[in-house]
Amino acid sequence: MKPEPYVRREMLAPQPAPLGETGILRWMKANLFSGPVNSVISIAAGLFVLYVLYRLLPWAIQPSWNATSLSQCQDDPNITGACWGVIHDRFNQLMFAFYPHELQWRPLLAFGLMFVAIAPVLFDKVPRFLLAFTAMFPLLAIWLLWGGSAWPELMVLAGFFIGYAVHKALVGPAGELTAIILGVLATLLWWIFGVSPVAEMLQGVVPLDITPVESSKFGGLMLSITIGLAGIAFSFPLGIILALGRQSDMFIIKTLSVGYIEFIRGVPLITLLFVASVLLNYFLPRGTNFDLILRVVIMVTLFAAAYMAEVIRGGLAALPKGQYEAADALGLDYWKAMRLIIMPQALKISIPGIVGTFIGLFKDTTLVSIIGLLDPIGLANSIRGTTDWNGIVWELYLFIALMFWVFTFSMSRYSMYLENKLKTTH
Amino acid sequence: MTQTAEKAANSSAMHVSDEVAIEVRNMNKWYGDFHVLKDINLTVNRGERIVICGPSGSGKSTLIRCMNRLEEHQKGDIIVDGTELSSDLKNIDKIRSEVGMCFQHFNLFPHLTILENCTLAPIWVRKTPKKEAEETAMHFLEKVKIPEQANKYPGQLSGGQQQRVAIARSLCMKPRIMLFDEPTSALDPEMIAEVLDTMIELAEEGMTMLCVTHEMGFARKVANRVIFMDAGQIVEQNEPEEFFNNPQSERTQLFLSQILGH
Ligand SMILES: Nc1ncnc2c1ncn2[C@@H]1O[C@H](COP(=O)(O)OP(=O)(O)OP(=O)(O)O)[C@@H](O)[C@H]1O
Ligand SMILES: [Mg+2]
Repeated sequence: MKPEPYVRREMLAPQPAPLGETGILRWMKANLFSGPVNSVISIAAGLFVLYVLYRLLPWAIQPSWNATSLSQCQDDPNITGACWGVIHDRFNQLMFAFYPHELQWRPLLAFGLMFVAIAPVLFDKVPRFLLAFTAMFPLLAIWLLWGGSAWPELMVLAGFFIGYAVHKALVGPAGELTAIILGVLATLLWWIFGVSPVAEMLQGVVPLDITPVESSKFGGLMLSITIGLAGIAFSFPLGIILALGRQSDMFIIKTLSVGYIEFIRGVPLITLLFVASVLLNYFLPRGTNFDLILRVVIMVTLFAAAYMAEVIRGGLAALPKGQYEAADALGLDYWKAMRLIIMPQALKISIPGIVGTFIGLFKDTTLVSIIGLLDPIGLANSIRGTTDWNGIVWELYLFIALMFWVFTFSMSRYSMYLENKLKTTH
Repeated sequence: MTQTAEKAANSSAMHVSDEVAIEVRNMNKWYGDFHVLKDINLTVNRGERIVICGPSGSGKSTLIRCMNRLEEHQKGDIIVDGTELSSDLKNIDKIRSEVGMCFQHFNLFPHLTILENCTLAPIWVRKTPKKEAEETAMHFLEKVKIPEQANKYPGQLSGGQQQRVAIARSLCMKPRIMLFDEPTSALDPEMIAEVLDTMIELAEEGMTMLCVTHEMGFARKVANRVIFMDAGQIVEQNEPEEFFNNPQSERTQLFLSQILGH
């Protein structure tokens, strides 16, 4: 055998650091006090943190958990700071708003099942068959949250199979693109004209219903999560399609994508929400009762998708041209090249931007309070309007901030985990 | 098979058949109003090993990239394996799956392991069952002498190893023609030999090869024709001995003196 060039074939196992190189003191020396400037900054920052805690903690640590009104806090000589009773008193409302008590297990169940549904997306160790559950979860969640007959959801689901069948039947004779277009068309037609009469008929034959809950009863954190998650779930694929559209060689598709992205990015979200709450009523046929939450979800999705598209386009642009060429040279067609080669890499590059967009979207759901939906901010306003809690400010908003932070922080930690996991160079 | 018998079989495989693999007729290409390729005529027979050289910017890459439609030509015909290259997508995909290509910068897929790099196209384009594709991939990885790297990622390999993987990846599609665009020019000198050895072995097995390279030792050893290009034209082509010892045109002489001179 010919001598091989000197290349390391096995990576060496990392060795434990020599003694005296570990431990908290070592870490502090390396990271906080590595030089005079660093030491001064560390000490100043440390003093600042201590000062903030010194002012904050005495205010925050108060025996006020059981107070039932602000005046009770003010009259109690033991309470000299925060009046946490408002959280205790209104906890259920902040979570569910006016969702009926005896039915609150339904959103809770949906929330629990959500973790089952996103697990196979987030972690590749989870069994793959759960992806089928993931795909059905949105419809299941809709049914659990709003109740009523399950048939419309089942019929919407059937739409996907119709589209798939049409595609399958046409892909041979008519080619990939035609088959996709006609498949999508068949699905849309079924959703618009087929779903509601057929669902009604089937409901007559086999009733499948649970107590319905109206959208006006929705609110609190539950509403934020519903809108946020729906927005995230739908804006992601839409964003991918728009990013690809923007890169397309086909003039019409490219122009439409660019036009859409630039238009949406030029308009504040709040405008779109007003359109959803007010203007759409003028355009929709009289008598159609197009749910406000659904309209908001659509607007939030459309809004976030434009940003998502730009983030993903950045990832696409960062890929060397050679990746496209290698995929082409191997005979992969456009869709396979995108799905197997280009997108996995582009998405990986864009993870920080994508998660940033998700976090932004989730926080932007608080804007719905302006069009009268009772998300936590909307509820805070109405709680502060009651006689019991008139005048309370910090405690409520801090709590709301904390709730949002828990979600956004988990997202950002997950994104770091994912970036780390997908690293394939050492 | 014994060593000598193998050699004999190899040299008989190096025989060039009369069957035409690639035919290029009066082909022209422009970038905007820049005329990159001018009236290219070229016939490649099955089993031929052609080395293309020429100064930078002379259109070598563009020429071989036209042969699997990474670049589109505007005038003339290119017929690969009996299929004419036109804008018909079906023809393009067919030709691409039968023509392997190796690039200067390897272009491995960094998010996939070496094995996945090699099995991807057979599985998705040829619809080969996964297990079979993996066996084929291991076979070719053994051939390029890096089966033990199969589960690593491209970023963990040296340049020479990556280029050999790229060759194996192309071979997994069982191509009838291989195109190489300066496969060794991004490599450190000590890694060039390992890649050239792989290519020589491939040539000995009778693969039809078109290779843009300035490795003149390689050209002497395996090429049966060397083509010199300048300013978008084929200036001269000849058998390697004749080409190097007795170049006809002045431009060829100048080019050879520059790359062999010092
Ligand atoms: N996409 C493009 N648009 C415009 N001009 C191009 C493009 N690609 C290549 N060219 C030009 O076409 C000419 C031929 O390029 P080509 O890459 O084929 O040269 P080459 O012979 O391979 O050179 P090198 O040895 O540097 O690789 C060069 O002058 C180059 O600048
Ligand atoms: Mg070149």
